[in-house]
Amino acid sequence: MLRYTFKRLLSLIVSLAIASLVIFAVIEVAPGDPASFMLGINAAEDTLAALRAELGLDQPKWQRYLAWVGGMMQGDFGTSYQYRTPVSEMIADRLWVSLPLALYALTLSTLIAFPAGIYAASRRGKAGDVSVMGATQIGVAIPNFWFAMILVLIFAINLRWFSAGGFTGWDEGVWAAMKSLTLPAIALALPQAAILARVMRSALLDVLDEDFMRTARAKGLSRAQALRRHGLRNAMIPVLTILGLQFSFLLAGGIIIEQVFYLPGLGRLIFQSISARDLIVVESVTMLLVFAVITVNFLVDLAYAAVDPRLRART
Amino acid sequence: MSLLDIRNLSLSITGTLILQDVSLTLEAGEVVAVTGESGSGKSMTALAVMQLLPSGAEATGRITLDGHDLLMLDEATLCTLRGDLVGMVFQEPMTALNPVQTIGAQVSETVRLHRPDLDSLKRARDVLDRVGLQAIPLTRYPHELSGGQRQRVVIAIAIACGPKLLIADEPTTALDVTTQAQILDLLKQLAAEDGMGLLMITHDLAVVAEIADRITVMRGGKVVEAGDTPALLAAPKHPYTQALLAASNHRVDLPDSNKDTPLLQVKNVVRDYTLPRTRLFAPAGTHRAVDHVSFDIRRGERVGLVGESGCGKSTLTRAILGLEPVQGGSITLDGTPVTDSSVRRKMQVVFQDPYGSFNPRHLVARLISEPFHLLDTPPKDRDARIAAALNDVGLSPEDAQKYPHQFSGGQRQRLAIARALIIRPELVIFDEAVSALDVSVRAQILDLIADLCRQYDLTYLFISHDLSVVRTITDRVMVMQRGRIVEQGETEAVFGAAQHPYTRQLIDAAPTLPEAIT
Repeated sequence: MLRYTFKRLLSLIVSLAIASLVIFAVIEVAPGDPASFMLGINAAEDTLAALRAELGLDQPKWQRYLAWVGGMMQGDFGTSYQYRTPVSEMIADRLWVSLPLALYALTLSTLIAFPAGIYAASRRGKAGDVSVMGATQIGVAIPNFWFAMILVLIFAINLRWFSAGGFTGWDEGVWAAMKSLTLPAIALALPQAAILARVMRSALLDVLDEDFMRTARAKGLSRAQALRRHGLRNAMIPVLTILGLQFSFLLAGGIIIEQVFYLPGLGRLIFQSISARDLIVVESVTMLLVFAVITVNFLVDLAYAAVDPRLRART
Repeated sequence: MSLLDIRNLSLSITGTLILQDVSLTLEAGEVVAVTGESGSGKSMTALAVMQLLPSGAEATGRITLDGHDLLMLDEATLCTLRGDLVGMVFQEPMTALNPVQTIGAQVSETVRLHRPDLDSLKRARDVLDRVGLQAIPLTRYPHELSGGQRQRVVIAIAIACGPKLLIADEPTTALDVTTQAQILDLLKQLAAEDGMGLLMITHDLAVVAEIADRITVMRGGKVVEAGDTPALLAAPKHPYTQALLAASNHRVDLPDSNKDTPLLQVKNVVRDYTLPRTRLFAPAGTHRAVDHVSFDIRRGERVGLVGESGCGKSTLTRAILGLEPVQGGSITLDGTPVTDSSVRRKMQVVFQDPYGSFNPRHLVARLISEPFHLLDTPPKDRDARIAAALNDVGLSPEDAQKYPHQFSGGQRQRLAIARALIIRPELVIFDEAVSALDVSVRAQILDLIADLCRQYDLTYLFISHDLSVVRTITDRVMVMQRGRIVEQGETEAVFGAAQHPYTRQLIDAAPTLPEAIT
């Protein structure tokens, strides 16, 4: 197990190093000079040069790369070209919206998908299975922004249970903050839950055909008990894979939902920074998201090994 | 009253009749074998007693087990009986255990389910000790055990609550002969010690002869004949039983051949596999699958290669076919190294699985003429040669326009032989070529091979774990153990008076039908 963890950790570090190089290179070749963008098209050549020097843009590329990576390791993400505030503060503010939202949505999605998938699998081919699978088909097909607007229409405008958008901030209390994240979380969670439920069902159906399920039944376990005690854990590998992918998506890909609900999240930050050529922010947020994705994958790898003893033994 | 009494059991699955008027009885402490070829309904009979039939199954008749009328009981009651009153052992020990739970958890689960008052872990330990796994801790996972050990765990699960009836469905079919002998002994001993009834499902009449008190022979969902083992084997009444026995002991008539010129020469061959590194910078270890093996096959010679799984016979076969690099020694055919592409057309192989070795979307004509692409110029009379090849293996030329799924298992093996012989190779390799076939079909294929020897003076290497087949179809045999050939010689001489202890062990372990009827 230690060896396995060590190997995964090593691959995590290598992935991060490669990702940082790629991100830096891509930002370098992206068109647009931050200095001229900040000063407008009529700026004099020497003012531009001065600003470039101030931002460190005149230094050799490898020096800037090392400074960037070194800074990030100490929690210093540089200073935003546009707002002249530390990037780390900007990210921290946004992360306090995006991270709870992603976790909230993921929890909802799991809570819906697991029972739905298990239920459908246990009644394969029967009415229950067909209706759950029909519902997930719709869930996969509906775009989440459209679904978000319907939610706003019903729960914010007609019923007035929730506000239509905006974020109260955590200073107003956990309850209020969670309440303002509820509709966005549902809008994000439902399509994900639909996918997850389908994966759960098909993984369970594969396991149901295994010989050891017959052994379990021969022991005297009922169909449902055999499914719960012997089926679930064996079906977890594909489910964990999807769960890991979904968390990464929810953290970074909530941009449309953030727009619909007017939430100050990471997605909007990165969108605004790209429009303003605030490259240092783009670089840092991208790197942060890559870090999140790779870390989640690492955790998923550890979860695989926790679920399946054969993986622990192999390495 | 009998412990198990099946009366006029009929079963249909979504309208198809699977069992018809099956009746059999089994007393406490008795071993009854149900035997028959694939499709005979023997496994379904076992599953009907467990009431674990596939969905869509409808059973009529009566199954009484220890006073319970099983077909009348509801699912909840059946759950309390399964694992307690009746336990079951399955064919595939490699997949019959949950891979993510320890064996202790899996054995103790049965105890917790039916005997909540007992210390389930202690009971699991006791039961595992009983089936001969004293040295295996409860915390082991299935993948850490061998096939034989896993089958013992499955047996432990089945007997953990001391059932009155144990059903074993082909419990040794997937195991090596020496392991098979141990598992059969264990089952027999458990039944005798506990006064437990044992219902044994198997296709192997030799296994039946070793273990059963009484036999029920089934065919096409019906009971053909039933009776006490010695009487039934000595004087079978029904023609099908007679045919089955004859096929099990089938001896082919191999023609003599002229064996002067050497064809295949294997000299000091070594094949090492690199193991995964255990330390970051230390060199990786190796596993020697084939260890300094040398032998010759002369033209016209029929050579057998036997050994248990993992002995290296598959690796050696692949090396002979030039599909596997060797770390030492040489393999030459007619003096040319087998890795040379010109040798490919001189060797053909017939595999075990008649289902998996054909592309299901190709016509037979295309499938069996595949080896033509090994020739420099494709033959002009392609269709005539396809027709001739089909004739040779007992099929008709019209079959060329069919797809593989339109043939039975035995016919597909005939197709595989036709494919191998169509370019008249100098050496044919039969890799467990008859192992997946029913005995009657196996006998036909063996006859076919003998016929083809008569016609074409075949030279072949016949690889099998089945000693009785190798004994009849080869002139010379080699016994392989842990990568080495431990004994080789004239087939009859080796079987008659084996020199190496391992060969004797293999021969002793293989179940045989009583001599009187052969």
